[in-house]
Amino acid sequence: MQVLIALLLVMSALAAPAAAETIYVSNEQDNTVAIVDGATMTLQATIDVGRRPRGLALSVDKKTLFVAEGDDNRLDLVDIAKRQVVGQLPSGADPEFFVVHPDGKRLFVANENDNLVSVVDIAAGKVVGTVDVGVEPEGLAVSADGSTVACTSETTSMVHLIDSRSLELIDNLLVDTRPRAAAFSADGKQLWVSSELRGTVTVFDTATRAQTGKVEFMVPGIRREGVQAVGIEMSRDGATAYVALGPSNRVAEVDTMTLKVRHLYLVGQRPWHVALSDDQKRLVSANGNSGDISFIDLENQEVVKSVPVGRGPWGVVIGP
Amino acid sequence: MKTRHAVRALIGILRRETLRTLRQRGRLLSAIIRPLVWLAIFAAGFRSVLGLSITPPYQTYVLYEVYVVPGLAAMMLLFHAMASSLAMVYDREMGSMRLLLTAPLPRWYLLAARMLASVVVGLPLVYLFLLIARYWDVRPPVLGYLAVFPALVLAGLMLGAFGLLVSSISTQMENFAGVMNFVIFPTFFASTALYPIWRLAEAGPVLANIAAWNPFSSAVELIRFTLYLRFDPVSALVVLACLVVFFLAAVVGYDPGRGLWSRRGGEG
Repeated sequence: MQVLIALLLVMSALAAPAAAETIYVSNEQDNTVAIVDGATMTLQATIDVGRRPRGLALSVDKKTLFVAEGDDNRLDLVDIAKRQVVGQLPSGADPEFFVVHPDGKRLFVANENDNLVSVVDIAAGKVVGTVDVGVEPEGLAVSADGSTVACTSETTSMVHLIDSRSLELIDNLLVDTRPRAAAFSADGKQLWVSSELRGTVTVFDTATRAQTGKVEFMVPGIRREGVQAVGIEMSRDGATAYVALGPSNRVAEVDTMTLKVRHLYLVGQRPWHVALSDDQKRLVSANGNSGDISFIDLENQEVVKSVPVGRGPWGVVIGP
Repeated sequence: MKTRHAVRALIGILRRETLRTLRQRGRLLSAIIRPLVWLAIFAAGFRSVLGLSITPPYQTYVLYEVYVVPGLAAMMLLFHAMASSLAMVYDREMGSMRLLLTAPLPRWYLLAARMLASVVVGLPLVYLFLLIARYWDVRPPVLGYLAVFPALVLAGLMLGAFGLLVSSISTQMENFAGVMNFVIFPTFFASTALYPIWRLAEAGPVLANIAAWNPFSSAVELIRFTLYLRFDPVSALVVLACLVVFFLAAVVGYDPGRGLWSRRGGEG
C-alpha cells in the first residue's frame, strides 16, 4: 500500500501547478515582513522592518516593496532581490495604508491621525503634497488610468475622490459605517468600498458617482456583527471581486455583475487583506488573529493550505 | 489446499455473503442512513462555524463535517463488522457454520475468506456515503477515493477480525447483542472519529490516552490520511498488527479442540 500511496503522492505533486511567485505579508505585531514561496507554500524568510507594519505594495517595476510603518511614521523600502531594507521614505504621521500611483513615481499615503492623504515623491524621497480628507483616513485606491485616487475615512464614513494631478478633492460620497478598503474595477467604471461595521460593500459608478448597488454578506451560523467587510481585491477581467470578511473567518467571492456571493472560503482567523496571483488562479488571505496566510485555489474553489507567518498578519501582496 | 478448490470456496462464500446482504434491505438502508444522520444532524450541532484548528492531514482550517466524515466511514465498517459477526453467531446456532467449518480446507482459510467476503460486500456502501458527503462540501481530492481503498479494506479486515473474535467468545445471540453495546459504543466514542485528540485532551488526559491507544482510532486516522493522499505509517502498522492478533485469537477461538467451544462442550 505504501508504494501505491507514494505513487499517488507523486502524481498529485505533478498535477499541481508550479507557480513561480512570492508572497509578502506584513506582520503588524512582529514588526516583520514574511516572505513565502508560492510554489511550495512555505515560509522562506522574515525580515525586520519598522514598528507596526501594515500596508505594503510593490513598486511598478516590481523590484521594491514599500512597507508602511504606523508607529515609525515612515515607509521602509525592501529590495526584493536582496531581501533586506535598503532605504526609507517619509510618509506623514501614522501611515496605515497607501497606493502606488501607476506612473510609478508617487505614493498616496493615508495618515490616520492627521486626516490627511500625503503624496510622496519616491525619487525625491519627500512629501510633495497633502490633501485634507475626513476623519481617520484608511483605505486607498487608484484608478488604472491614474487620474483618480479614492480614500475612505473610517469615522466620517465617506469615500473621498481626489484628482491625482491637481490634488484637489473631486467629490465626497457617503458610504456605510466605518469604511475600510476601496477598489476600482479594472476598466475604471466602478468603485467598490467595504464597510467594516455594516458588513457590506457599496458599489459606485465612477462616471456619475451614483451608488449602483450594494453587496450583502451572510455567513450561516455567524451573527451579522461578526461579518465585517475589509480588504477587497478585483480580478483583472472585472468579473469577480474578493472580499475579506474579518471575524467570520471567511473570504467571499463576489460576481461583479449580479453582486451575488458566489462562494465563501473558510480561512484562518480574521482575514484583513487578500491578494490575487498574477495568473488570477490563486488568492492569498492574511489572517490577523491566527497568524497565518491561507492559499485559495480559485479554479477548484477550495482552500488548499494555511501557512503560519508570524503575529498579526495584515497586508499581503504577491510578486515575482 | 489446492488453489482451485480454495478459490471456489472463496467465491462461494463471497456469493453467499453478497446474496444475504442484498436480501437484508433494512440493514442496507440503515447502514447508509446511520452515518448520514450523524453527518446531517449531529455534525450540524457541532458545526464550529469558525473552523477547527489545523490537525494533520488537513493543511488548513476545516469545518466539523469535513473532520467527522472519515470517522463515520470507519463507523460504517465497525457496524458492518459487528452485524457480520452477529450473522456468524446466527450461522452457528443454525448449523451452517458447522457445515462451513467442516469443508476440507484449513479453518483459518475459511474464516479469513468469510471475513474478506464481508468486507468486500460492505465497501460499496462506504463509497456511497463518501460520495453523498460531497453534498456537505466534504470534497477530498479525487485520487483520495482511490487511495483510501486499501485503507478501507485493511481497516475493515481489522474490525472484521475483531468481530470474529467477539463472536467466537459469545455463546448466544442474546449475549451478543449485549456485547455489541459494550463494544461498539466505547470503541466508537473513545476514539478520534468524532473529535481530534487535542479536543479530547481538553476534556481530560485519560480520555485522550484511551483514544490514542484505541485501535479504532488508528483505523480512523489511516482512512483520514489516505483519503487526503497522505500516509500515516504508525496507524497502518497498528491496524495491521491488530488484524493479525485478533484474527489469530479468533482462529483459536473457533478451534473445537482448543478454543472456547471446547469449554462449552462443542456446542454450536
